[in-house]
Amino acid sequence: MASCSIEDVLAKAERDEAEKLRSIAVNKELDLEFDPGHLLAFDKNRVDTREFKDNKGEDFLRSLARDNTQLLINEIWKLPTEKVDEVIVAKLPDSTTPLPREKPAPKPKPPTKWEQFAKLKGIQKKKKTNMVWDEVHKEWKRRWGYKRANDDTKEWLIEVPVTADPNEDQFAKRNKAKKERVARNEYNRLKNVARAQKIKVPGIGLAPTSQQSKSELAQAVNVAKISTASVGKFQEKLPKEKTSKNTGKKRKFQPLIGDFGSEKQKQLDLLKVMDSKKPRLDVTKAVNKQMREEDRESAQKSKKSFGKKGRKGNMSGKGKGKGMAGGKGKGKGKGMAGGKGPKGKGRKPNMKQGKR
Amino acid sequence: MRPLTDEETKTMFEKLSKYIGENIKLLIDRPDGTYCFRLHNDRVYYMSEKILKLATNISRDKLVSVGTCFGKVTKTQKFRLHITALDFLAPYAKFKVWVKPGSEQSFLYGNHIMKSGLGRITENTSQYQGVVVYSMSDVPLGFGVAAKTTQECRRVDPMSIVVFHQADIGEYIRSEDTLT
Repeated sequence: MASCSIEDVLAKAERDEAEKLRSIAVNKELDLEFDPGHLLAFDKNRVDTREFKDNKGEDFLRSLARDNTQLLINEIWKLPTEKVDEVIVAKLPDSTTPLPREKPAPKPKPPTKWEQFAKLKGIQKKKKTNMVWDEVHKEWKRRWGYKRANDDTKEWLIEVPVTADPNEDQFAKRNKAKKERVARNEYNRLKNVARAQKIKVPGIGLAPTSQQSKSELAQAVNVAKISTASVGKFQEKLPKEKTSKNTGKKRKFQPLIGDFGSEKQKQLDLLKVMDSKKPRLDVTKAVNKQMREEDRESAQKSKKSFGKKGRKGNMSGKGKGKGMAGGKGKGKGKGMAGGKGPKGKGRKPNMKQGKR
Repeated sequence: MRPLTDEETKTMFEKLSKYIGENIKLLIDRPDGTYCFRLHNDRVYYMSEKILKLATNISRDKLVSVGTCFGKVTKTQKFRLHITALDFLAPYAKFKVWVKPGSEQSFLYGNHIMKSGLGRITENTSQYQGVVVYSMSDVPLGFGVAAKTTQECRRVDPMSIVVFHQADIGEYIRSEDTLT
């Protein structure tokens, strides 16, 4: 019993030893490739499909995974370790496998306004030196930036030009001009960015900076009016305010082949309105007519007083047109004068129908 | 191609009424068919509905002209009457001017009409009235604007302008490519 127990114990010890070794030693035909940086292990061994199909493959898969993981952990133990907060930590080296991109490649930015213009005109970028010789300070200074050469805001003496207002502060004027240039540059840069990212910039008049024109204000008012949850349906109007009928940019026209009858009717109505708007009394015509009448009366009077001479004088004075009218009026006038006698002015206006 | 908007129709009628007065009704309401105005490439065309329906089969960029071109709408929304409208203005004209044979050619070359070239003029023409110009044989030559009233025309000296030139049939040769 003892002997077999000793043998048993030895055998058991040996088995345990093998077990232990087996737990960390894995036999593989081909060695695995490791990338400790990504904690990656490549197993290129052939897979026996018969083993896989035997017990639905679960046990086979589990043992395969266990073996490969064991090998990976062995590899990790080979790395240099350090102790952080009483925990042994392995320092992973840089990875050697190149991974594909996580996000899509960045699209090329659309060219800025200047770049478009330069391309159009064929302007090349010229390399400029960073330092410029400043004659005044007799040293090399930056072309642009902090303490640059030829900075006109830093001059201590500015001559007031002859055409300028003597009470104007020239230093403040230069500072203000610089601020405006900076602001404009920033604004253009933001516009370039907005164009690149296709962000919608508020239209003219909606982000007011300076004096607005009437049309800009009107546009801003219209946009503000429809910027409610009900798209401006319940917004009150001022007593004399007109709603702008063209909402947005798209114009709406009548259909090309619409109802011809209604189109005709609309045009005829329009003509009627235009006729009614035209003044019934043409002022110049009325004035001319009145003048003609007065001339005729004076002609008649002078004819009565001067007789033949007066008549002749009349004809030559007013020319053919008036003369004709005068002649016609005169003929009738003579008859009337004969009839009405001293009343003279008793000619009725309906006689002169004129030449229509 | 599209129909005219209200404003465009109004400006066009105002221009036409300067030459033919209230006879525009006869252009709109015709006994021999429905005719209409359509706008294409800023030009106003006058055509029958038959032609309009046929024209819808042609694409916009390939369509050059439909019916008769009356004129064009300028960039500032004003209407400019072209010589191609003469066939419709001449029969309905209210105020006419006849030109002597000697200065017919001068008018057809684009010059204004002077008193020396004036043959006849309708009575009671007011100043700046739209007139249609005829030759002595009653052939319509073009249209213009009267520079002086009929009365003044009688008194004024022979070298002064009586009718401002606006369009003449010589333009068919001179501005052939811009007329459509």
